[in-house]
Amino acid sequence: MVQAEATRKISFIQAINEAIAQEMRRDPKVIVMGEDAAGAAGRKGKEDAWGGAMRLTKGLYPEFGAARVRDTPISEAGFIGAGVGAAATGLRPVVELMYVGFFGVCADQIVNNAAKMHYMFGGKVDVPLTIMTAMGAGTGSAAQHSETLYSVFTHFPGLKCVVPSDPYTAKGLMTAAIRDNDPVIIFNNRQLMGFTPSGHVPEEAYTVPIGKARIAREGTDITLIGIGYTTHLCLQAAAELESRGFSAEVVDLLSLSPMDDETVLASVRKTRRAVIVDEDYPRCSIASDLSALIAEEAFDYLDAPPKRVTPPHTSVPYSGPLEALYVPTVERVVEAANEVLE
Amino acid sequence: MATTSTAPDPKTLLWMYRTMVTIRRFEEQARREADAGKLRGMHSAIGQEAVPTGICAHLRDDDFIFGTHRSHHHCIAKGVSLKKMMAELLGKSTGTNKGKGGTMHIADIDKGMLGANGIVGSNIPVATGAALTAQVKGTDGVSVVFFGDGAAAQGTLHEAMNLASIWKLPVLFVCENNRYAQSTPFEYSIAGASVANRAAGYGMPGVVVDGQSALEMYEVGGEAVRRARAGDGPTLIEAQTYRYMGHFGADNPLAYRDEEEEAYYKSKDCLAALKAHLAETNTATEAEIQAIEQQAADDVAEASIFANESPYPGPEQLTADVYISYP
Repeated sequence: MVQAEATRKISFIQAINEAIAQEMRRDPKVIVMGEDAAGAAGRKGKEDAWGGAMRLTKGLYPEFGAARVRDTPISEAGFIGAGVGAAATGLRPVVELMYVGFFGVCADQIVNNAAKMHYMFGGKVDVPLTIMTAMGAGTGSAAQHSETLYSVFTHFPGLKCVVPSDPYTAKGLMTAAIRDNDPVIIFNNRQLMGFTPSGHVPEEAYTVPIGKARIAREGTDITLIGIGYTTHLCLQAAAELESRGFSAEVVDLLSLSPMDDETVLASVRKTRRAVIVDEDYPRCSIASDLSALIAEEAFDYLDAPPKRVTPPHTSVPYSGPLEALYVPTVERVVEAANEVLE
Repeated sequence: MATTSTAPDPKTLLWMYRTMVTIRRFEEQARREADAGKLRGMHSAIGQEAVPTGICAHLRDDDFIFGTHRSHHHCIAKGVSLKKMMAELLGKSTGTNKGKGGTMHIADIDKGMLGANGIVGSNIPVATGAALTAQVKGTDGVSVVFFGDGAAAQGTLHEAMNLASIWKLPVLFVCENNRYAQSTPFEYSIAGASVANRAAGYGMPGVVVDGQSALEMYEVGGEAVRRARAGDGPTLIEAQTYRYMGHFGADNPLAYRDEEEEAYYKSKDCLAALKAHLAETNTATEAEIQAIEQQAADDVAEASIFANESPYPGPEQLTADVYISYP
């Protein structure tokens, strides 16, 4: 009874939104910038028309005003670069890159300035910038609006990369990202955006630590490693494997850079088998990085080589039947697990 | 379609009307297909039909155009098959892109449509490159890039205009200023309240034109294409137009603009204006106009049937065409 009353369910979008609002109340240095972050650029009676393309910043303009919630022109290099400069000089900007594929427009600002300034300037300049971006296929949005791409960013020293898997981790990681003194990119999967699971999300501010994975389900026979949306595929696959008599452990990676090597390795050393489920392109990716980590650090424990479930090495197709073949599915996770368990 | 005179001859006028009606019927049908769940997130060009029509009236199949996320009207004005376009929207193997690009990426190189593009401003330098090809090869081909007022804030426009001007490339930079970048009003996001003014900084003509007037679009487009073909370099055109629908299917535009404003622009509807002109100038009888409208509706209906009856691409298409060769 008490438990039921205490359960506070909110959507993934609300969770991100709440984290930003709470941090803006807590710290006047936090500002928000992005295309249609408020919408209608403050027109009388039309304020807050959009609240961001993903509605992550809804309600912030009425509460915090035009100085701290800024609609930007479609100038990613301009406003993300401005976010870097503002961060380096005393603000804590939260900027929205509408879709991760648009990073091509502003890559220079992210990888040459945000990522490198602290190091290059001898540790004397901090860039407490948070970039939030939408990613993921499955919505019929074709090649430029469906990419996952987080692996690219983990390649660059200096950037932190986190991927929430539900409203609880979304709020906690978003809060942690804003409070972090390094540049952090938070990748939000579009298929999770409207997601309101049964889990409790505290109303008060809290952080989920950057650099820590969580065990989403305990098991003994095989480790399934998920990232954001694919964690849910792993959990469903684990339920199916259980009905066939196998106990699967699910690691929800949450943080890609830094990565929680120890949690991954401890799980694999226990179960002796691993399947990695990743929606990013398969070459030079987080999945291949995890596979290398497991092969190098847990080789003696393995009963089978680690296996990766990823899309093929191709851009994201538009056509529904092809897109369904592109993204990893529960069936493919179970199939891979069966091969590893054989 | 390729003519050279400054005012459109009767044949061109009728082609323009048919093209614009076809675009509107196509967009209405596309919306119905979207409402039936066959595609998602379509960006409607209703209201903006005159802009590409007036420009493309001066172009040949071997001239190139480049589009945006909102590009069905560009494709139709350039002569891309309605059947292949609708099939592409439905993700079918008979589509312009074999179903792999969809509404935001329609391309047909045989018709000189080198692609709709979902990254705002991304196509502007690419179009400049197509103009470079024409110059290097010594053809009189031209390249046209359509982009929105939103894209006018991207650095790519400025870099491309500079390049095109220093090299005198045969390219038309056509800003379709429909007043909104998603929900963001033009007067907020464009400093100086003009896109056309920016041409001066790059040493090229900058022209403001009523994008709701097919006749004015034709005239301005004709002069810019003539300049380009003659080797006189690029032109920046700011066509002032209006998007009747939301940014995408589920967007309610009244969240950021007023009904009065919408009514004002709809009262200047480009189709109605051209139709009135056809009647006033006795270019076509009422019966002839009706026949054109019927033909447009029939063509779109046929395209829809074709698209719906076409097969989806086979699974082998998932990894086809990533490379030309990849041993």
